[in-house]
Amino acid sequence: MQNLTLLDGQKFQITIQRLCRQLIENHNDFSNAILIGIQPRGIYLARRVAEELGKILGKPVLQGDLDITFYRDDFRRREAPLLPNQTRIDFIIEGKNVILMDDVLWTGRTIRAAMDAMLAFGRPGKVELLTLVDRRYSRHIPVMADYTGIEVDSIASQKVVVSWKETDGEDKVVLVSEIK
Amino acid sequence: MAGLSTRHLLGIKDLNRNDIELILETADTFKAVINRPIKKVPSLRDVTIANIFFENSTRTRLSFELAERRLSADTINFAASSSSVSKGETLIDTVNNILAMKVDMVVMRHPYAGAGVFLSKHVKAQIVNAGDGAHEHPTQALLDAFSIREKLGDVAGKKVVIVGDVLHSRVALSNILCLKQLGAEVMVCGPTTLIPKYISSLGVKVEHNLIKALKWCDVANMLRIQLERQDIKYFPSLREYSMLYGLNKQILDSLDKKIVIMHPGPINRGVEITSDVADSKQSIILDQVENGVAVRMAVLYLLAGQN
Repeated sequence: MQNLTLLDGQKFQITIQRLCRQLIENHNDFSNAILIGIQPRGIYLARRVAEELGKILGKPVLQGDLDITFYRDDFRRREAPLLPNQTRIDFIIEGKNVILMDDVLWTGRTIRAAMDAMLAFGRPGKVELLTLVDRRYSRHIPVMADYTGIEVDSIASQKVVVSWKETDGEDKVVLVSEIK
Repeated sequence: MAGLSTRHLLGIKDLNRNDIELILETADTFKAVINRPIKKVPSLRDVTIANIFFENSTRTRLSFELAERRLSADTINFAASSSSVSKGETLIDTVNNILAMKVDMVVMRHPYAGAGVFLSKHVKAQIVNAGDGAHEHPTQALLDAFSIREKLGDVAGKKVVIVGDVLHSRVALSNILCLKQLGAEVMVCGPTTLIPKYISSLGVKVEHNLIKALKWCDVANMLRIQLERQDIKYFPSLREYSMLYGLNKQILDSLDKKIVIMHPGPINRGVEITSDVADSKQSIILDQVENGVAVRMAVLYLLAGQN
């Protein structure tokens, strides 16, 4: 096992700050925009960004958690079904500008499922995608992020692990390679 | 991630505690789904399910069908009364003919105990038992446990009494097995003739006095007298049964605590339970029906997801 740290400490913080400022460029005071984190790992990114935006704008930003388990395209194609997580969307997304968030963008299949899952809560005005890490050249379907923290070139056997201060004790992005 | 330990749902007997908890937790998510503006998810869109009912049913059949549709499965329905079964076709032939139409799962209700187990040994499809004779009705027990957990926070440590025709009730057996697995205390109550002789070997208390049973319990599950299964007279008259084992408002109000009232349906108002009790705030009968859809969605999702 070999670990390469891609982002941590102050650089991690600067990246989050930059993403927030880019969001404000497009969505002004967020009066018509909402953040949705994709379960299980995207919710920490969405919560952090919502917290930072709240500080910058001086008012809270609407943020929800979206579970995509029932919308995945690999049901019946794995040993046992994946177990669902909680969906927490306490607002109407009809006509709103939705920013979907996930920690790592890899094959793009999760995002496809998330777009399906989101429609159960209404028809959004516009949908954008924000990811902390974009694993380039690994897409299975044509999906791209509107906002990206860092871009990484990796191979399929490698893993990108994002840790969060709140749950894992430290803000960090690590590229993990199996050594054979 | 671990799924269910079984490929079919034939009875609670085949489930371990992890299986039951997994189903209840998954049902929590489905309950949220069916309370959304769009109540459907696409999980089972490439799954075809046959609902085969050799016995009458309202709630269970509609509940399964709704659960299947909310999961986007394709469904076909079959009622024995309007089929070739009356022309002499055997169970295996009937089901194999249905399966030849590329059906993945069979939800079956049958008047004979063990029909689901028998079928699971002879056909390829996954079988869900929707009630087999006086044997088991696993999804009813799961939705009852789910409803108790929802109302009282937990099943473990709760005292549940099952009142009435325990002898002919598949709901009673499945409920006893399920509640015991989850750590509840269970008592059965009814006339001696309607309590199976060796029922205490399942680890349940037996009581023949309704008032004593109700004073003991947190939850009372009132069963219907299944006259259609009674080949001989088990008690002198329905009126006498109702006087001794019927739950009315007067009895309910005389208790020093507010117990939860359940009923698997169909209700015979005025026999095992009076209307004012069935419609009272302590009754969770309609919650049971609502939860039935969520629990059945969880069962179908977890079974169909096995590869």
